[in-house]
Amino acid sequence: MEKFTTLQSKAIPLAIENIDTDQIIPARFLKATDRNGFGDNVFRDWRFNEDNSKNEDFTLNNPKYSGSILVAGDNFGCGSSREHAAWALSDYGFKVIVSSFFADIFKGNALNNGLLPVQVSPEFLKVLLAEITEKPEIKLEVNLEHQTISVVDTSFKDAFEIDPYKKTCLINGYDDIDYLLSKKTEIEAFEAKNLTK
Amino acid sequence: MKKTLFDKVWDAHVVDSIENGPQVLYIDKHLIHEVTSPQAFNELEKRRIPIFRPNQIVATADHNTPTENQHLPIKDENSRKQLEQLSNNCKKNNITLYELGHEYNGIVHVMAPELGITQPGMTIVCGDSHTSTHGAFGTIAFGIGTSQVAQVFASQCLLLKKPKSLRVSVNGKLKKGVLPKDVILYIIAKLGTNAGTGYFCEYAGDVFENMSMEGRMTVCNMSIEMGARGGMIAPDQTTFDYVKGKTFAPIGNDFDKKVNYWKTLPTDQGATFDKEYFFDAEDIEPMVTYGTNPGMGIKVSENIPELNDASFEKSLEYMDFKKGESLVNKPINFVFIGSCTNSRIEDFRVAANYIKGKQKADNVTAWLVPGSKQVEAQIIKEGLKTIFDAAGFKLRQPGCSACLAMNDDKIPQGEYCVSTSNRNFEGRQGQGARTILASPLVAAATAVEGKIIDITKQLN
Repeated sequence: MEKFTTLQSKAIPLAIENIDTDQIIPARFLKATDRNGFGDNVFRDWRFNEDNSKNEDFTLNNPKYSGSILVAGDNFGCGSSREHAAWALSDYGFKVIVSSFFADIFKGNALNNGLLPVQVSPEFLKVLLAEITEKPEIKLEVNLEHQTISVVDTSFKDAFEIDPYKKTCLINGYDDIDYLLSKKTEIEAFEAKNLTK
Repeated sequence: MKKTLFDKVWDAHVVDSIENGPQVLYIDKHLIHEVTSPQAFNELEKRRIPIFRPNQIVATADHNTPTENQHLPIKDENSRKQLEQLSNNCKKNNITLYELGHEYNGIVHVMAPELGITQPGMTIVCGDSHTSTHGAFGTIAFGIGTSQVAQVFASQCLLLKKPKSLRVSVNGKLKKGVLPKDVILYIIAKLGTNAGTGYFCEYAGDVFENMSMEGRMTVCNMSIEMGARGGMIAPDQTTFDYVKGKTFAPIGNDFDKKVNYWKTLPTDQGATFDKEYFFDAEDIEPMVTYGTNPGMGIKVSENIPELNDASFEKSLEYMDFKKGESLVNKPINFVFIGSCTNSRIEDFRVAANYIKGKQKADNVTAWLVPGSKQVEAQIIKEGLKTIFDAAGFKLRQPGCSACLAMNDDKIPQGEYCVSTSNRNFEGRQGQGARTILASPLVAAATAVEGKIIDITKQLN
């Protein structure tokens, strides 16, 4: 997994609440058997019209906005457990998703793919969305070590929570498989004790 | 210390704990399907890690399978390849697979319980958010991402932080025509789509105690739609009677021993929950959704609320509904009875009972999709298929079908579908399709009338 420490980038606003993983990547694109290429279809039905022409009104198609941070409405990533949603966002180029609330499974999937979910207060999100919508050139800084997100060169800042174990994994680029394999003796002992009952 | 049902099952599966961090949780059964497993198999192969416990994994093909002509080669090349890859991966790794056409094939959350693979007190995971279904047996069952599928392949364990606890109690007598689907749609409409996020939910009270296993599965299935990773109902005699005699259930002395253990699982008197909600059964009526998330539900007799909120308005615009209007008498051209929420034998009994002696409306295309080969066989055995045929309905073959429209079963652009599935997200049932979630009874009535009716009025 790619390491994550700090990131400075412009941000793209997507002020919609309850964005479910079906919107992030519709089911008809889940037929692939590897992890690559899902970025082409991220937010497919919002980015493109029925005739496959670009929906110019959609934020990702607006030339004003760019960057590897997506700032989205409350309850981001609800619905289906498809990890393809995290793959699609990463593949498109996002490194950080900011919201005031994340659905459980999506949050876990993102963390397992080096895509950082940054949960901020609803008040901070509201102001941040207004700021970046109005001034697309401003840059945000996300510092995982200090668990902060700020608008560069301003005092506008919020702190975010992250599980200490997951934080270590992201900073070092470790994943859970490495850890679980190191626990094999304990797992086998658990099985010997419990599964024969 | 007083423990909840969830505490008891969780604590019995903790292998190890990281200080200030997650716990290593042992997984008894790992269910897999074609869509969320291939990348996990690839990952292990790339890292040369063997599958740790192949005999605790069961595979089925469901998401991507056609529901007609299953004996013929699959037309869509990508779907065919994905199913072939599942077969190859299972063969290579000695994993039991009930592939298309097998007598045990079906939607993962329908076939595992009906085969007795799902048993109380277990931990069960699957790369599918509706794994919460299995909680109906008093199991800890939840959906996982593909990275976690790989973790379970490698170690039969997951690294998890213990979620908080939530209890939803519903007591009283349900009104005529109110089904388990209405109960859960009502709860989600009251609590919203993220009330359960970070929690595991226990459903308690006499409404659930008096429910069949099929009904309990419908309720637990939709726990994820209020954000809860899983839902659970305490195992009782109804549970034991259901499990007994199932293909892979324990038998004889082993079964009795298990039952004695299962009886210790219900939440202790006086155990506390982080959050509790109470509802009155009498207040629940047949429900329909009007928006683009499952929390946007109303009693069929009610009008759409009038809220001033951008996300709410965007949702109504997609559905082409107006604030304050009623859905009664809305013409409907598509009806879907199926999905891991409502495709069990009881759901088809409800539909057949309503449909018997009536005719499907001419404007309606109705898809009846059983959850498994066993359900399909039972429908035929009980003579329900004859009723459906006589009324102009067509019974299709098992699979996830129009619930997520991965196969050819798609609702056309702009059309409304009254559906017994679990999600009314934009485009969920096909690009531009508009989903109205409801019970199998409301769905059957819609198919007969060609429009939404206030079923309560008709029943009384």
